[in-house]
Amino acid sequence: MRNLWIFISRYNAFFLFIIFFTIGIYLTVKNNAYQRSVTLNSTNEVVGSAYERLNIFKRYLNLGMVNDSLAAENAKLKTQILALTTIDTAKNVKVVDTITQQQYTYLPAKVIKNSITLRNNIITINKGSLDGIESGMAVLAPQKGIVGFIRDVSEHLATIQSLLHKDARISVTLKKNHALGSLVWGDGNFDIKKAFIKEVPNHIKMSVGDTVITSGYASFPAGILVGRISKTNVATNDNFLSAELNLFTDFSTLQYVYVVKDKLATEQKNLENVAKTNEQ
Amino acid sequence: MNSRLLIVNVIRWFILLFVQIFLLKNMGFYDLSTPFIYVLFLLLLPFGMPNILLYLLAFGTGLTLDAFYDTMGVHATACVVLAFVRIAFISISLNRDAIDDPEPSLSYMGFQWFALYALLCVLAHHLVLFFLETFRLTEIGYTLMRCGLSCIFTLLIILLVEFIFYRRTAR
Repeated sequence: MRNLWIFISRYNAFFLFIIFFTIGIYLTVKNNAYQRSVTLNSTNEVVGSAYERLNIFKRYLNLGMVNDSLAAENAKLKTQILALTTIDTAKNVKVVDTITQQQYTYLPAKVIKNSITLRNNIITINKGSLDGIESGMAVLAPQKGIVGFIRDVSEHLATIQSLLHKDARISVTLKKNHALGSLVWGDGNFDIKKAFIKEVPNHIKMSVGDTVITSGYASFPAGILVGRISKTNVATNDNFLSAELNLFTDFSTLQYVYVVKDKLATEQKNLENVAKTNEQ
Repeated sequence: MNSRLLIVNVIRWFILLFVQIFLLKNMGFYDLSTPFIYVLFLLLLPFGMPNILLYLLAFGTGLTLDAFYDTMGVHATACVVLAFVRIAFISISLNRDAIDDPEPSLSYMGFQWFALYALLCVLAHHLVLFFLETFRLTEIGYTLMRCGLSCIFTLLIILLVEFIFYRRTAR
């Protein structure tokens, strides 16, 4: 110990230099926006290029699957062409069928039990299978905002897996540039007014105040208002961007909700299952 | 003697920083050559100073400059590097026990020693300063050119100032 002390005091110039130099660099990087962005960028570049290389290899592994889906798409397009070219124009009578055109219908329901304080919140409503509610349907808030998905259905009642649930994962996009992301709640933040948009690709520019809407890929209709971004660049450990957003839905005062019936839901599900079994 | 040194250094600090901030900050040739004369204060600090005090003064001076230049930490780091080079150079080139001069100025140490001393310190300071300012290696040519030209400019002014205040009687 004494020798160490002698060593340090003998070369104190060097050790003091290290200390002060570190403080200086720390101040530089911490307080200057430009330097900070560069340090973050360069680390990101390293990580990003590593992922890119990994992706190139992965792409080869998935080639078979991609081929199959392309073939399926080709077949679909070919049948479309066939359908278009075989239309007998002479007998073409235009019929506007507004009922089949309408993909979504809304069914109002009253909230009879609501919870917002738990980690995984479930809402109960007073409509059930007799009213045509099925598991997996989307639920919207009355004015604007989304609530969740139907989870279990009985004859007269149904439960909603609220957005405030650990399994809630909803496909959303930014209104301004249609960049996809997923909406999750409660990643270390259990504020019922906040949620996170995750897995947004790195090149997308998000800014505070951007409106987030549903993408229409899940059972939600496209374009439902979800929230407004309140904080960008939330740190995550993956290679995507994240942002925090203020939800439009006020879960604490939820009285009525709309259950969205998707006329094409079963068809879509069946079709996708067929595609899945074909792939296997 | 000691209090005189103290007063001289305090006055020097104020004058050099004043000149740097209010005059030389607005100067520059084609954004290539900017003099940083305030390092002269650190160069001329007395010999018998403890290292920790030297570092603290360097860091503080750098921070003061940073406050005016809006570059938090850049000048402070550069000044710390300068202090390190100063300590290293003095301990290598001079015999610690035989130093009887109060401060490493031109009048006491002679032109050759002082020029080399100033060159090394200023070069280290400017290298760190400009590289921290640009903070990337892709513009290395431009950065090095700026660094070299500024170095020449600063050195010229430092030598000029030293010759103006040259006292023959000191030697």
